[in-house]
Amino acid sequence: MLYLLSVPLLWLNLRIGDLLEPLINYFIVSLALLCVGVYGLIAKRNAIRLLFAVEIIINAAIINFVAFARYYDTPLITGQTFSLFAIALAATEAAVGLAIIVQAFRLNNDIDVLELKRLRG
Amino acid sequence: MTDIVFISVSLLTVGFAILALEARELVYGAVALSISFLGAAALFILLDSIFIAIFQVLVYVGSIAILIVFVIMLVRREKWISIKGGNERTLGIIAAVLLFSTMGYFSLSTSLTSQYPDPSALFNFTEIGSQLINEYSIILQLTGLALAVSIVGALTMAKFENR
Repeated sequence: MLYLLSVPLLWLNLRIGDLLEPLINYFIVSLALLCVGVYGLIAKRNAIRLLFAVEIIINAAIINFVAFARYYDTPLITGQTFSLFAIALAATEAAVGLAIIVQAFRLNNDIDVLELKRLRG
Repeated sequence: MTDIVFISVSLLTVGFAILALEARELVYGAVALSISFLGAAALFILLDSIFIAIFQVLVYVGSIAILIVFVIMLVRREKWISIKGGNERTLGIIAAVLLFSTMGYFSLSTSLTSQYPDPSALFNFTEIGSQLINEYSIILQLTGLALAVSIVGALTMAKFENR
C-alpha cells in the first residue's frame, strides 16, 4: 500500500528520503505556523477561530517532532510514535472544545468569548 | 539551494493557516484549515514519514475538519458574522512578528543551519507498532482512556439541557 502511494511521487521526480534542506528550514516553517497560531489566539474573539488557532499550534509542534527525529544522527522512529500520540490528543481536544462551544452557544446565544461572562471564575 | 517543492508546500501551509484565521466566512476558514493540514501532511512526506502523513490526513482532514464544519452549521450565521476585532488585532500582529523575528534570529546562529539528514537512512514503519506495544504501552492505554473520556464528556455536554 505504501509503495503504491510512493509511485506518483517518484513520477513527479519527488524522491522520498532524498532531502537536502537543512533542519532550519523545517524549524522556520514550524515557527511561522506557531506565530500564526499565537496571532489568532490574541486577536480573535470568535470561539471557533480560537480552536482553529490551537489546532495550528499543535500542527506546528508535530512538524517539529517529526523533523527533529528525522534529522537525528541515527534517525529515531520515536518522534513519529510521539506525533501519533499528539495527533490523537489533538482530536480529543477538538471534540471536547467543540462540545463546549456548542453548549456555550446554547446557554448564552453567542460565541464571542468576551461575551461568555458566565464562564468567568 | 532550497527545494522548490519544499518552498511551495511550506508557503501553502502557512498561507492557508493565515487564511483560515482571516477568511470572512467561517466555512471558508474551515476549508482553508483542512488545506493547511494537507500541506503539513505533504511536509511529513518530504520528511520521509509517510505513516504520519496518512494518519494526519485521516484524523485531521477526515475527522477534525468535518467536526468543525458540523459545529459551524449548529451555530447561527449572524452570530459569527457580527464579531469584530478591535485593538487586539494590532497587538496580535506585533506579538507574532516579535516572536517570529527573535526566535528566527537566534535560531539562525545555532547548529540547526548545518544539520543535514542522512539520505541512506530509511524508516522501518513496523518499528512504530513494536514501540507502541513494547515501550509505550501505558501511554497508549492512557491515550485510549483519554479518547473514551472525551467522547463520554462531549456526549454528556451535548445532552445537558438548559433548565
